[in-house]
Amino acid sequence: MTENVLATSTVVPTVPDLFFGFAKIAISGFGGVLPWARRTIVQQRRWMSADEFNDLFAICQFLPGPNIVNFSLIYGSRVGGVPGAAAAVLGLVGPPTVLMIVLGTLYSRYGALPQARDALTGLAAAAAGLLIATAVSMAEMLPRRGLGAVLIAAAALVGVGPMQWPLLAVLIVLVPISIARAWRAA
Amino acid sequence: MKDTGGTLLILALHFSLLSFLAIGGAISALPEMHRQAVDVYQWMTSTQFAQLVAIAQAAPGPNVLIVTLIGQQVAGIPGALIATICMCGPACAVAFYVVRGFHHFRESKWAIAVQAGLVPVSVGLVGATAFIVARSADQGWGTLAVTAVTFALAHWTRISPLWALAGASALGLAGVL
Repeated sequence: MTENVLATSTVVPTVPDLFFGFAKIAISGFGGVLPWARRTIVQQRRWMSADEFNDLFAICQFLPGPNIVNFSLIYGSRVGGVPGAAAAVLGLVGPPTVLMIVLGTLYSRYGALPQARDALTGLAAAAAGLLIATAVSMAEMLPRRGLGAVLIAAAALVGVGPMQWPLLAVLIVLVPISIARAWRAA
Repeated sequence: MKDTGGTLLILALHFSLLSFLAIGGAISALPEMHRQAVDVYQWMTSTQFAQLVAIAQAAPGPNVLIVTLIGQQVAGIPGALIATICMCGPACAVAFYVVRGFHHFRESKWAIAVQAGLVPVSVGLVGATAFIVARSADQGWGTLAVTAVTFALAHWTRISPLWALAGASALGLAGVL
């Protein structure tokens, strides 16, 4: 019921809307783009209902590759075909890529200067803390999925982290076990 | 770079494969990027890798753009563009063909099982990412303290992470770390 009401109030973006909308999301997205994508697409521009957004994002988490890029591609193609998909992906990835190239060039040129090196030492330590926080908040939801889920996550962490085994090898072993486990539970 | 063409080819192959291995997002593939860039090809030190991750985190944009910075360090602007296109392209092509018209995804049993099965793996991989970056950023007690305090602020308060990044840079600049 709620979904229908929201669905009828959504608007269909044009191809330029897609480009500029996703560019705005990308440039606003400090420390992860997802919250900005939800706010812009669902609340501000009403391109999708909250349910439609969650459903499409679930598909993107299941597909390999960068989630939000997949999201922009699928949404863009549904709304505007190939030009829509291209506009959405280029909007999301293009402007921040240019920014990254500028930052990377500055880093190559000045990163070894003492002041830059000292500031980057602090920045890297803080970035590590943010990643630990992300990992911990994700891990907190694991125990209710059972001991098996916790063990699989621990194996992935130890194998790819401290042991530094190749990701492909670890995935070939763990992914089938984990999916078989989820299949029996489903 | 003595052999730019060869390096660009390695970047292209490496990130095209990684595009498919990034389960639950690009951040899951960071340990593999570290293994390749630091250990296998020795394109950079572990410390430089952590600094690039930090720059990518501090700048706006999707997480995946850490690959732009890695490509740029390895082979300049062509490297940046090839790394970005190869990390996004192959998986996007799959996404494009697989999900068109696939509207009622959440209802089928196999889809639920695959999705539920990928969650613990991706949680573990993000943990591995945190481990690798924390170890690479570790320059002694000062940096460990910054990592711990940033974790605490991000986990238990609603303060914007940008303040922690800015504060930590200022501490570094002041020569405290």
